[in-house]
Amino acid sequence: MTTATKNKKSQKSSVILDYLRPNKGMPSVWCAGCGNGIVMTAIIRAVDNLGLSKDEVVMASGIGCSSRMPMYLDFSALHTTHGRSLAFATGVKFARPELKVIDITGDGDALAIGGNHFIHACRRNIDITAILINNNIYGMTGGQGSPTTPSGAFSTTTPYGNSEKHFDPCSLAKAAGASFVARTTVYHATQMDTIIQKAISHRGFSLVEVISNCHTYYGRLNRMGDAVAMLNDFKNRAVPLAKSKKMTEEEMVGKFAIGVLHQEEKTEFCDVYQSVVDKVKGGK
Amino acid sequence: MADKERVLVMGNQACVLGAIYAGLRFFAGYPITPSTEVAEGCARELPKIGGRFIQMEDEIGSIAAVIGASVSGLKAMTATSGPGYSLMIENLGYAYMTETPLVVINVQRGGPSTGLPTKVSQSDTMQAKWGPHGDYTAITVAPSTIGETVTEVIRAFNLAERFRTPVTVLLDEVLGHSRQIITLPEPGEIEIFDRVKPTCSPEEFEAFAMTPNMVSPMPAYGEGYRYVCTGLTHDTKGFTTNKSEEIAPKMYKLRHKIIDYQDEIHKMRAEKMDDAEVAFISYGSVARAALQATDIVRKAGYKVGALQLQTIWPFPDEKLREMCGKCRAVVVAELNMGQIVHEVRRALPPDIEVHELQRYDGEILTPMQLVNKLEEVL
Ligand code: SF4
Repeated sequence: MTTATKNKKSQKSSVILDYLRPNKGMPSVWCAGCGNGIVMTAIIRAVDNLGLSKDEVVMASGIGCSSRMPMYLDFSALHTTHGRSLAFATGVKFARPELKVIDITGDGDALAIGGNHFIHACRRNIDITAILINNNIYGMTGGQGSPTTPSGAFSTTTPYGNSEKHFDPCSLAKAAGASFVARTTVYHATQMDTIIQKAISHRGFSLVEVISNCHTYYGRLNRMGDAVAMLNDFKNRAVPLAKSKKMTEEEMVGKFAIGVLHQEEKTEFCDVYQSVVDKVKGGK
Repeated sequence: MADKERVLVMGNQACVLGAIYAGLRFFAGYPITPSTEVAEGCARELPKIGGRFIQMEDEIGSIAAVIGASVSGLKAMTATSGPGYSLMIENLGYAYMTETPLVVINVQRGGPSTGLPTKVSQSDTMQAKWGPHGDYTAITVAPSTIGETVTEVIRAFNLAERFRTPVTVLLDEVLGHSRQIITLPEPGEIEIFDRVKPTCSPEEFEAFAMTPNMVSPMPAYGEGYRYVCTGLTHDTKGFTTNKSEEIAPKMYKLRHKIIDYQDEIHKMRAEKMDDAEVAFISYGSVARAALQATDIVRKAGYKVGALQLQTIWPFPDEKLREMCGKCRAVVVAELNMGQIVHEVRRALPPDIEVHELQRYDGEILTPMQLVNKLEEVL
């Protein structure tokens, strides 16, 4: 390793350390090799690259493995009730529009118990960046089926294979009105940095779905191997958006598109409300 | 303005006037009969003062947004009725645990379930105390007139800010929907309490620090104090804990920051109690009927008085004992199948007879019903 790359590397890890909450006992609750850690470092790099101050970031989350993230990062943390974090986050953002609100959620948190709050946050197009870490299972409670567990897949509550259909969070968010929708995986760490950065910069509701590995439960129950094997699987199944558009439906079976899937300019909720306030106050 | 402002308003609108007087800047809610006029009033009035109104997707989201706004530094409120209050219970528990000041107005209707949307009831009295699971101490106030609705809502905000806790205001359908001409308090006439903010450096700051009065100073998000706010049981810094030596102090704080200072919270209106041998005990709109009934039987020469509980929770045991010291009997009147009467029985010495008068058919108790009940007692 040359001195130049060594320096760069140590610089990078000190950036990560700089954003970890002081006094917070490590290790985290996460299993070794869990994708949550990869997403956390991507968020740190995105916030750092954007030059945001720690004080202007509020990180909200619900309940689940991924939702523990705000505990570890040196931002204001709002660790809420199961599925409700986007409603709490809406209160924060609407009360203090100058703050950057990042919401960390999982597939069970956002799409099952929190489904109602999820679609309405999308519909309002409120300027919140939701990062949905999708591992296709409930990790914290020990491997139960979630709304993104694929049909036929195994979990502790689908011991004979899942009889249900699964949600595509990105299609759901777009249909519900989110103005920025992207998908990436924990294998594509560099892409994840860029996407999260774009999502935070985007004015309006942004959803970043990160396909992640729960090797402890989903991987084990579905014989997918360890964390590395699961990351390899993501690598093999992810198709860049442009390429996916040229592929037939048949060719896309078992695969998924990654990249910024949808972005549009749309008025943002807090901005519109502020113009109402200005009008009402001015008209007095 | 020489004369005080006089306005004709319904109880639900009085909630809005009181809340704005107290400093309300954020309302999130969901339509529900018979409380909807509170939300409508906030939607109209808040933008005029630079405040914010949002109609959320349900009551769970409404109180969640209110908590988000409160931790961000705004005085925040929601309003609902029984079914919506039931939905709010989950995050109300979060607010107790995270010590987040906020006000919930519950304009009570008949229950259980969707019950009687347009009929009066006082059957959420115990729910206001024991709604969420777990141990905590609730503060609940209850006005009985439109004018008092303004002042009790102001008091609810002051208590929420003083004690860093949610406060429930119990109205009922009759109070929410009846109209009266009232006199508004002038600016500065009623003292407004704002939450105590930290003065230490962010490095020294502990979000849930034990202080002499057990209430921790509370910064707003974005003010440089970055901390963890979680519904999981936490230590003084806000970090989750499973250690019994950290769990017990947190639980102690939740309870004792309130009950050790309950004299500041108790409020009771006493009418003709000085020589009363028998007393009506009531709250909310029933208290008005009790006052009239008292006048009627006093004219007939009986020594009867009326006590109106303006603070419901924590229950004013001692104050009630004191007020009823000369009574041989009390009549507890409420619009439910008997809720506060059990508290009264618990609080009063056994030599005072406790009689109960209840109505749970969606109608109010009339003064004559109270008078008739007294005939049994006297
Ligand atoms: S249980 Fe699964 S999701 Fe949870 S920390 Fe372990 S690997 Fe990650």
